[in-house]
Amino acid sequence: MSIPNQVDMYKRRKRRTAKNKLFHALFFAATTIGLIVLVMLIYRVLSQGMGSLSWDFIRNFAAPYPEEAGLLAGIIGSLYLMVIVALCSIIIGIATAIYLEEYAKKGRLTSFIQMNIQNLAGVPSVVFGLLGLTFFVYVLDFGYSLLTGGLTMSLLVLPIIVVASQEALRSVPGELKEASAAMGASKWQTIFRVILPAALPGMVTGSILALSRAIGETAPLLIVGAATAIYSLPDSALDSYTVMPIQIYSWISKPGDEWPLLAAAGIIILLIILLIMNAIAVYIRNKFQRRY
Amino acid sequence: MAIQQTESNTWTIQDKMNARKERQKKLRKLEKLVPVFLFLCAIVSILTTLGILYTLISSAVTFFSEVSFSEFFLNTDWKPWSGSFGILPLITGTLLITGIAILVAVPLGLASAIFLSEYASDRTRRIVKPLIEILAGIPTVVYGFFALTFVTPLLQNVIPELKIFNALSGGIVVGIMIIPMIASLSEDAMSAVPNSIREGAYALGATRFEVAMKVVVPAALSGIIASFVLGISRAIGETMIVTIAAGQSPNLTLDPTQSIQTLTSFIVQGTSGDTAYGSTIYYSVYAVGITLFVFTLAMNFLSQYISRKFREEY
Repeated sequence: MSIPNQVDMYKRRKRRTAKNKLFHALFFAATTIGLIVLVMLIYRVLSQGMGSLSWDFIRNFAAPYPEEAGLLAGIIGSLYLMVIVALCSIIIGIATAIYLEEYAKKGRLTSFIQMNIQNLAGVPSVVFGLLGLTFFVYVLDFGYSLLTGGLTMSLLVLPIIVVASQEALRSVPGELKEASAAMGASKWQTIFRVILPAALPGMVTGSILALSRAIGETAPLLIVGAATAIYSLPDSALDSYTVMPIQIYSWISKPGDEWPLLAAAGIIILLIILLIMNAIAVYIRNKFQRRY
Repeated sequence: MAIQQTESNTWTIQDKMNARKERQKKLRKLEKLVPVFLFLCAIVSILTTLGILYTLISSAVTFFSEVSFSEFFLNTDWKPWSGSFGILPLITGTLLITGIAILVAVPLGLASAIFLSEYASDRTRRIVKPLIEILAGIPTVVYGFFALTFVTPLLQNVIPELKIFNALSGGIVVGIMIIPMIASLSEDAMSAVPNSIREGAYALGATRFEVAMKVVVPAALSGIIASFVLGISRAIGETMIVTIAAGQSPNLTLDPTQSIQTLTSFIVQGTSGDTAYGSTIYYSVYAVGITLFVFTLAMNFLSQYISRKFREEY
């Protein structure tokens, strides 16, 4: 058995610390790559799109010439779509979460519903598009309408809302529940007046994030037939419609040098709206969420 | 007089109490309906799954009554408009995109996770993590635009023979899209490793790098691999980036400079506009859809299985 001499040990330690430093730098560099791409993406979009941004761009409908085309139909369509998605998916999502957290007995059915929601969150969005195409477009005969798009999108974001609401409900401490029950409140009174208010900030944050997912999603709406160019605003839920990402997509795929610039301008508007929604979500989370 | 008044007062109080009891009874009865309503809402998610299965299976059955299994899985040509339905080119296209995406996302995502969990100070982590997660919130159509108008021209400087629509740029950008997912899930898994284990290793004289690679990563391996598998599933299902940047030409090739078509981008192409309801092409979309669904579902189950089965409990 040889005793390692001091010089060898010293060399080895130096090598090991040098390796540590090298990988520290590498890991840091890898982390910054993501951020660099983010900066490049935003810079690229801004530098291409700023030139086409104007009030007319927001006020105009789609047009055959890039200099006259605008995003109005997309902005209003996205807004209407968001209303439908909010009405359907937030009510159903929060109700599902309350059922799973407060009423459901532990058992096969409950764990099946839970597992099912987890798996739905992993289903590709195009598959939801196919579901919408069969059921909403053909079976229920809503056609290529705003309602079809809204319902399809509601199903798509439902799992996000359920999971976020469940987490919010779980973070409410049991003592609150017990105190309310000790005061003679019934189960529903406890849920409605004690648990829900405490869980609301988390639920609202989750819902806003789900809505921002719905507003940026393109593929399922292409499948359930959102129009690429439309020259009037939808009057009813059964009218044809378009949304911002679809208009952007249609401009990207047009030949010619000026259409991509217009697409970039559309992306700026889309990103600004998403930024505002996310800022509201973060604000609500920081301002109203209490830690117990 | 005085006595009478007291009596009538008692009566009204009695009446009020009775009315209150009645109202409470009614309320309690209504409350019994609440769980029923909530349960009906919870059922919606199960109906969605059943709806997806029914939609895909029934249309796929119709498709396979017109096109044989062997044609679908063995033919190497996907030209639905001239009647050849061999899904292989779409599958190789999807695998190519997924492979490139994983090559980009796994090293970068894991390195970011190690940096955030083992090297970064609390302050750095609080700033950098949300910034990386912004990448996950950007709409895919924006990534598609970025791939087509920025990454492709950039790559063409290095590889002149690169087509305008190519698998390479689409795959790279899909990879960038899934970095935050892998980074944040892996970081969660690594943060869950208790500090006592780390400190034990530091006490033995290990460097940060040794602690990260020989202690923390092995301990969190199930969570890390589960995040890779989920990333693969997301890459398989990604639609807009590949539709915009990778082209619409189903070539049976593994050459990343070529234009390809994935399962998802055919679904978009096949449902847009001029496909007649009830035609073979219409049903072929669902056959492709069920293939995609099976792929991603298998990946999701695998990820859940890995994180459940191989989790180290502390």
